Amino acid sequence: MAGFDKVVGSYEEAMAGIEDGMTIIAGGFGLCGIPENLIAEIKKRQTKELTIVSNNCGVDGFGLGVLLEDMQVKKMVSSYVGENALFEKQLLNGELEVELTPQGTLAEKMRAGGAGIPAFYTATGVGTPIAEGKEVREFNGREYLLEESIRGDFAIVKGWKADRYGNVIYRHTAQNFNPLAATAGKITVVEVEELVEVGELDPAHIHTPGIYVDRLIVGTFEKRIEKRTVTESA
Amino acid sequence: MAMRVARELQDGFYVNLGIGIPTLVANFVPDGMEVMLQSENGLLGMGEFPTDETIDADMINAGKQTVTAVKGASIFSSAESFAMIRGGHVDLTVLGAFEVDVQGNIASWMIPNKLIKGMGGAMDLVAGADNIIVTMTHASKNGDSKLLDTCSLPLTGKGCIKKVLTDLAWLEIQDGAFVLKERAPGVSVEEIKEKTQGKLIVPDHVPEMQFN
Repeated sequence: MAGFDKVVGSYEEAMAGIEDGMTIIAGGFGLCGIPENLIAEIKKRQTKELTIVSNNCGVDGFGLGVLLEDMQVKKMVSSYVGENALFEKQLLNGELEVELTPQGTLAEKMRAGGAGIPAFYTATGVGTPIAEGKEVREFNGREYLLEESIRGDFAIVKGWKADRYGNVIYRHTAQNFNPLAATAGKITVVEVEELVEVGELDPAHIHTPGIYVDRLIVGTFEKRIEKRTVTESA
Repeated sequence: MAMRVARELQDGFYVNLGIGIPTLVANFVPDGMEVMLQSENGLLGMGEFPTDETIDADMINAGKQTVTAVKGASIFSSAESFAMIRGGHVDLTVLGAFEVDVQGNIASWMIPNKLIKGMGGAMDLVAGADNIIVTMTHASKNGDSKLLDTCSLPLTGKGCIKKVLTDLAWLEIQDGAFVLKERAPGVSVEEIKEKTQGKLIVPDHVPEMQFN
């Protein structure tokens, strides 16, 4: 099937065309809603010198953390990287660059990138180290920083359900950065838990319309929990 | 401290609670008051931790802890979440810090050569909120004051803090000074003076904190 059918048959096909030195935008927050199998495919391919734009960098041995093991990452653009010992080691050794970016600014950089907006002003970070080298402009008596948007050669996204047309919905807080990442890839690859019939998803409830999606694949997910917190059962 | 912060809650408030002491505030919401907790990973209406039966890897808060959603909650993207935060729609933000100074500057995310984990959403939260309470210990374990004339660590935000709650006192920042508003139970004005490095204004009467 051609036309609007975005489904590909294998993870190899899903990540075809990825090359050394590319910029990859990844959805996910911590280990929640991460494209586990697309990350695994990048590891398998041993693509190097990557710039990865993602709120976090996984943990040791899981999520984006696995790409550090073979030094595949040149630079991370993230808001918080504190859960990963290997990350810290490579950073201190100078083997890895990091561009720490406020979480809201990171989200907006992806959103703006996908929406064709090259830069935007935000009050976030004024007077802090992240303002260094950035234009500051005053609006209505308040200072704002000019932040440039981000686009990726690839965006890798984890959804819950999708139809063949690439209409995607996310599950609970596994949404996070995923719909933003989905808009900002030259090639956007989405992996989901379940493929449904076209027409089955309520059009008004779709989070990511298929126009943003280039490739779609159904996978199985470990969904590792980073911090298991429970209350006693009643 | 969490109990004291809870006194600042108002019925109908949307509140963002940072990790640590701020999270505990959720345990002290007065009966009959409706407060909606915002978690910046994309949840408005955060509920309690789940049980072993209801735990769900797709349901976490900004501290990456597994949580539940209350009835009437909404879930959205990170961009939407920070639109709420930056746009000033959150009524109260409570977060921790390493240092605060008399100009309302806050340092909370980085200790050069030592701690480089990142700022997460803290810079957006302090830039976007009008009503912020910083909760922290008054002094470090070595006795160094965290209420300073000028922050020594890299800033999280400039001139954005007006209220500070420590283990010793409730203070407000006005015109380049900390104004001592309340003492923690059993804490003397002298001790607070001693442990505050930045300019401190002590009114004639400094009441003890009330918790109910």
